Amino acid sequence: MFALSVAAAALGAVVIASQQAPTSQPQQGEVRLNINGAPGMPPKYAVPDFIALSPDPEVQAAAKVLGQVLWDDLNFEREFHMIPRDTYASIPAAKSIDAVPFDRWKELGADAVVSGTVTRDGANLKIQVKLFGVTQQQSAFSREYSGPAGNPRAFAHTMADEIHKQQRGLDGVARTKLTFSSDRDKEKLSGTVENREVKEVYIADYDGENQRRITVNRVLNITPKWSPDGRSIAYTSYARGFPTIFISLIYEGRRIEPSTPGTQNWLPVWSPDGTKILFTSNRDGNPELYVMNRDGSNVHRLTNNPAIDTTPTWSPNGNQIAFTSDRSGSPAIYVMGADGLNLRRISSEGYCDRATWNSSSAFNEIAYVCGRGGYDIKVYDLASGEIRQITNGEGSNESPAFAPNGRHIAFTSTRAGGRTQVFVISRDGKDVRQITRAGNNYTPDWSR
Amino acid sequence: MTSRLGFRSGLLAAMVALSLVAGACHKKQPPIARPLPPPPPAPVEPARPPAPPEPAAGATTPVAPPAEDAIASASLDDLNRNSPLKPVFYSLDNADVDQAGQQALQSDAEVLKKYTTWQVTIEGHCDERGTAEYNLALGERRATAARTYLLSLGVSADRIKIVSYGKEFPFDPGHDEAAWSKNRRAHFVVTAK
Repeated sequence: MFALSVAAAALGAVVIASQQAPTSQPQQGEVRLNINGAPGMPPKYAVPDFIALSPDPEVQAAAKVLGQVLWDDLNFEREFHMIPRDTYASIPAAKSIDAVPFDRWKELGADAVVSGTVTRDGANLKIQVKLFGVTQQQSAFSREYSGPAGNPRAFAHTMADEIHKQQRGLDGVARTKLTFSSDRDKEKLSGTVENREVKEVYIADYDGENQRRITVNRVLNITPKWSPDGRSIAYTSYARGFPTIFISLIYEGRRIEPSTPGTQNWLPVWSPDGTKILFTSNRDGNPELYVMNRDGSNVHRLTNNPAIDTTPTWSPNGNQIAFTSDRSGSPAIYVMGADGLNLRRISSEGYCDRATWNSSSAFNEIAYVCGRGGYDIKVYDLASGEIRQITNGEGSNESPAFAPNGRHIAFTSTRAGGRTQVFVISRDGKDVRQITRAGNNYTPDWSR
Repeated sequence: MTSRLGFRSGLLAAMVALSLVAGACHKKQPPIARPLPPPPPAPVEPARPPAPPEPAAGATTPVAPPAEDAIASASLDDLNRNSPLKPVFYSLDNADVDQAGQQALQSDAEVLKKYTTWQVTIEGHCDERGTAEYNLALGERRATAARTYLLSLGVSADRIKIVSYGKEFPFDPGHDEAAWSKNRRAHFVVTAK
């Protein structure tokens, strides 16, 4: 551990063990079956604990974790009506994966029930899972997984994504991750006059589990952004004494600095194909937008206005850019072509910032925040020009970032006791859930 | 078919990182809050005047050193803790240097002309009412406005750097105008003397 922490300090980054998501093949006995609910209703799903096939405590614990996490993951997208797990008590546990008491699940109103087993296979867990149609008494989904026993949640996340894909044609986000900036370590900045705390970049699973520190720069490290391939995080660091852009290669524990040495650069954003980075710089005298290749080459300027131009975001096809400018007096959201042409303003409220294009092409919309002192998240539909409000004055809400399938937004809010925390909310403003609790946490971003 | 989690590639990544450590672990980052200054010109006179003679035992009236000697001899940390350089305060959403700000900067220019070897960084700060992202730019603008005014008073451009901290480092953690008015500022840090 000591060697690793020294490594982290020297390289300015923590090594994250590669988490290759388990993939799986259909098992025998899977039939082509879309499990539907009553007409006009989402199908009702039940996910009891998995069956532990050995008395080994790790297997016993995994059996419970798998049931709960899979239930949570399937609940997240609201494609299914999830029957609460505390109502299953009277239903006897299945003796084997196929010995499901269908009549009892039918009494509870379930259209679908998950049945799964966990056993040990050396250092690995071996997990089998089936999704049964209760009426049909047939398995629509049947998989087997094997992998390290350390994180059973990862198995459930993979199952949830596969079930969402197979049953609903939906790209789930259970295996995606969040990144954000946090002051939770309470480390003081060295050598300054004031009593200032550092912020470091963290990552977490989409549901807030497995929170881990990524940077060890011991300075301000803010505005992290996932590269589209999920292997790098670009962020603004003050490691040089002024803001500059670093890229942390999280599976290599290595940090690179693509922006021109000596220039001040902040708020990096990846192009949808991951080849370019859009950012703000004052290198020509005032804050303007620039784009560069991810290795720092081929820098060129996109805006040219004596006002502030900052906080850019790319459209999912890379053809357009939205950003903040105060050229009309106060900060407002503008859209232009990726070449800097065809500028138009889209926000009409007083003070707006942090435009974030929905990264799913299924939704042609931009989230941003407006307010004064306290902010709320709004979403602008580019086709209709309509604006809908996502938050409504519960604390101050900032820095929206879309899930890769466009159905949820991560953001920060002061609603829980005044400190700034990361939350996730569905794109219709429902189902808010708190992701962080330690310290203050800022500027979340969602991996692809 | 059985699928496998890629723990092998994780192990490999960790090994690669550890092998990198061997060559890199002794290279510590320099302290970041004090950017390295260019070497100062050789002083013509001793930077520190000789200390006054120790008062004889039993002397009742200790002699205070002249104030400017205290400034000249202070460490950077002491200097910044009790700075002779006055901050500039701004109104909401604004980066204009008002009359009070100009007076502060005129005083700062005098100090900088007296201590000609000092290098300073002007930090631009904002109150919490702006957004985290836009405030990074507004702080830049505030620091730039203060720097531009100092240059107009004849302070050499290569002595003054700027940095924006947006709303990241409030001077007063309160949530009212009394706090906010302290947090909208251009703040001076002496980085070399």
